[in-house]
Amino acid sequence: MTAYAPVLIVVVPLTAAALVPLAALVSGRLARAVALLAITAAAAAALAALVAVLEHGAMRHRFGGWPPPWGIEYVVDPLSGLMALLVAGFGVLVAVYAGPAVATAPRLLNGAFHAMYLLLLSGLLGMVLTGDLFNLYVFLEISSLAVYALIALGSERATIASFRYLLLGTVAGSFYLLGVGYLYALTGTLNMADLTVRLAPLAGSPGVTVGVALIVVGLAIKMALFPLHGWLPDAYAFAPTPVTGLIAAVMTKVSAYVLFRVLFFVLHPAATTPDALALLGWAAAAATVAGSVMALAQADVKRMLAYSSVGQMGCIVMGFALGTPLAVTGALLHILNHAVMKGCLFLAAGGVQFRTGAARVPEYDGAASRAPLSVAAFTIAACSLVGLPPTAGFFSKWYLLVASVEQGMWPFTLALVASSLLSAVYLFRVVQRAYFGRAPQETGRARAGAAELPLAMLVPVALLAAAVVVLGLLNQAVVTQVIASALPALEAR
Amino acid sequence: MTGTWVAWLHYWLTGGLLLVGLYGMLAAPHLVRKLMGMNIMQTSIIIFFLGLAAKTDATLPIVPTDDPAPAAAAYINPLPHALMLTAIVVGVSTSGVALALILRIHRHFGTLDERDLLSKLRE
Amino acid sequence: MKQPFGSAVLEAAARLLAPFVLLFAAYVVSHGHSSPGGGFQGGVLFAAGLLLVKLTRGDPSQWEIGPRAALVLACSGVLLFAGIGLLPLAWGGSYLDYDAPPLFADPVAERVLGTVGIEVGVALAVAGIILLVFDALAGWGEPERSA
Repeated sequence: MTAYAPVLIVVVPLTAAALVPLAALVSGRLARAVALLAITAAAAAALAALVAVLEHGAMRHRFGGWPPPWGIEYVVDPLSGLMALLVAGFGVLVAVYAGPAVATAPRLLNGAFHAMYLLLLSGLLGMVLTGDLFNLYVFLEISSLAVYALIALGSERATIASFRYLLLGTVAGSFYLLGVGYLYALTGTLNMADLTVRLAPLAGSPGVTVGVALIVVGLAIKMALFPLHGWLPDAYAFAPTPVTGLIAAVMTKVSAYVLFRVLFFVLHPAATTPDALALLGWAAAAATVAGSVMALAQADVKRMLAYSSVGQMGCIVMGFALGTPLAVTGALLHILNHAVMKGCLFLAAGGVQFRTGAARVPEYDGAASRAPLSVAAFTIAACSLVGLPPTAGFFSKWYLLVASVEQGMWPFTLALVASSLLSAVYLFRVVQRAYFGRAPQETGRARAGAAELPLAMLVPVALLAAAVVVLGLLNQAVVTQVIASALPALEAR
Repeated sequence: MTGTWVAWLHYWLTGGLLLVGLYGMLAAPHLVRKLMGMNIMQTSIIIFFLGLAAKTDATLPIVPTDDPAPAAAAYINPLPHALMLTAIVVGVSTSGVALALILRIHRHFGTLDERDLLSKLRE
Repeated sequence: MKQPFGSAVLEAAARLLAPFVLLFAAYVVSHGHSSPGGGFQGGVLFAAGLLLVKLTRGDPSQWEIGPRAALVLACSGVLLFAGIGLLPLAWGGSYLDYDAPPLFADPVAERVLGTVGIEVGVALAVAGIILLVFDALAGWGEPERSA
């Protein structure tokens, strides 16, 4: 079965997305069971594939038996395997976490939520695994369409946020598609590996420049790179909490991963790549500082975390822009770490809100006494985001810092340090209020007496908080086992 | 491709159409107009791809059964057409989702003017 | 907008046209593997034929495919596609590798059959989705809500 993992990881959630509405006609619980089963199967397949790949090398699957470059192929190598495991694993955790929210909102139970959720996951998994640029566009749009619908499931305001995201997301997808069109016109191929070979003699041609620029701008919108982040804060703030947890953790990260794939693997012979990277680097440095400053100005916790994501995406892209093996290691590690810690922060904040009703920073006064475990998880993830050892965030930021010093890029070093300090300010004011603020009189919204959170919400939050620490302790293993395998392509440049 | 300016005409027209669509999305305050701008932009990309497929003196890519050795130069490239069929499907789905969102916005807020909506979003 | 657009002229025209639109849809679907056409185009035509009747005759037309039925249609279309795609995996082939299962001796026949099966799946899915989109936008699918 492991040999089929590359295709099953994507096809199982996609098929289940069609099965869920049918199951929902029978009962909502059946639909939820089907969805959970499918996501778990995809995560298990991703795990099996990653283990097999680490042992035997990359796995490929040819659709319809057509050999590339004519057919579409899916590739699992250590890096894409890790990303697939990250996406599918988060899919399982957030699906479990969404249980109580789904149970209290009947309109989420009619199958639409789970069908869209599965479509989003299969879109993201397809983007990670495909080896074909046009197929990537299709999966990009599948995941985007699903996420517009999921965001709109929030409050009525979420509909406006979702529509604005839809417009920007479609512009992003269209730019990407246009860029792919230029590359196709120049080379006659859409297969990533084939394109690398055929682009080499075309280095520096204006067509390649335009194509690269369009693809980079398109992906930068999808990953909310400052100043193209306009859609993100509203979308994150108004979406239902489980949805925010998932998209904040993995959706922008998948776009960042695709940017890495395209820039460093597909386009690296093109002479324009260094220029694109230099430009991206300055945008990223601005993003790191601006995102953190904007986060500082927010009173709404979800919105604050959303702006913080804008800043952290800047750190990731800065690593790509520096381009040295050390910096790229840091950036890839930060993709993984930031997914885990930002997911943990959003889910923990959702837990606090579920328990105490607190959504704004001043309302966190004394939250630790009423939701101790959620606040503890929030604190651990906050330490990691700030970059305190031995949590995961410290190590990826360390790689980035050392790389920027080595390259003599002092503005980048300053931006990284500033963003860490600013994130300490905006996160620890929440933590401080939660632990030392005076709790208001028990309000009617608090669910007194009962356990802090339903088990289904508590376990994912606790697992993620543990993962923040474990990833920090095991960062060396992740780097040598997985990320190092993606680096030889860099040294060949 | 290095022919007269006429050979490049479709390229410039497509670019112009793309800009018209983008301008509509940016400048129009009404959400339905923004959506129309989006559709125009998507259409321009579809036409761009179809232009890539065109060849002079070539016919539809349906190879007759009595042609033992079909020459590639005699048929236009079918791949961009297949790709754009997918892009059209994506466009239909996006428009469907966008219209459904517009309906919901209108039912709840009673307006589709972006300036009004943004002020309601911020309050 | 629950009122039909029906007038004598429209209704007569729709009665004449609708069966041919549906027949043409079937033709387009079944010829997709060897000539222009295919599942998406056929599915859209099929849905258009049904919507023509719906628009002229109003909501409770005799050929009604309601939102529930349309949903079932769409999902089963996707499942048919995915099922045909997954079948070759059991015989060691790739996804959508039609001639892997040893059902027929002639691989060409298997490929044609597989392609037509896929096209039918796509057509069902597209027709169902278009009907659903129409119902959602026209508000006909939710009788309680005042438009």
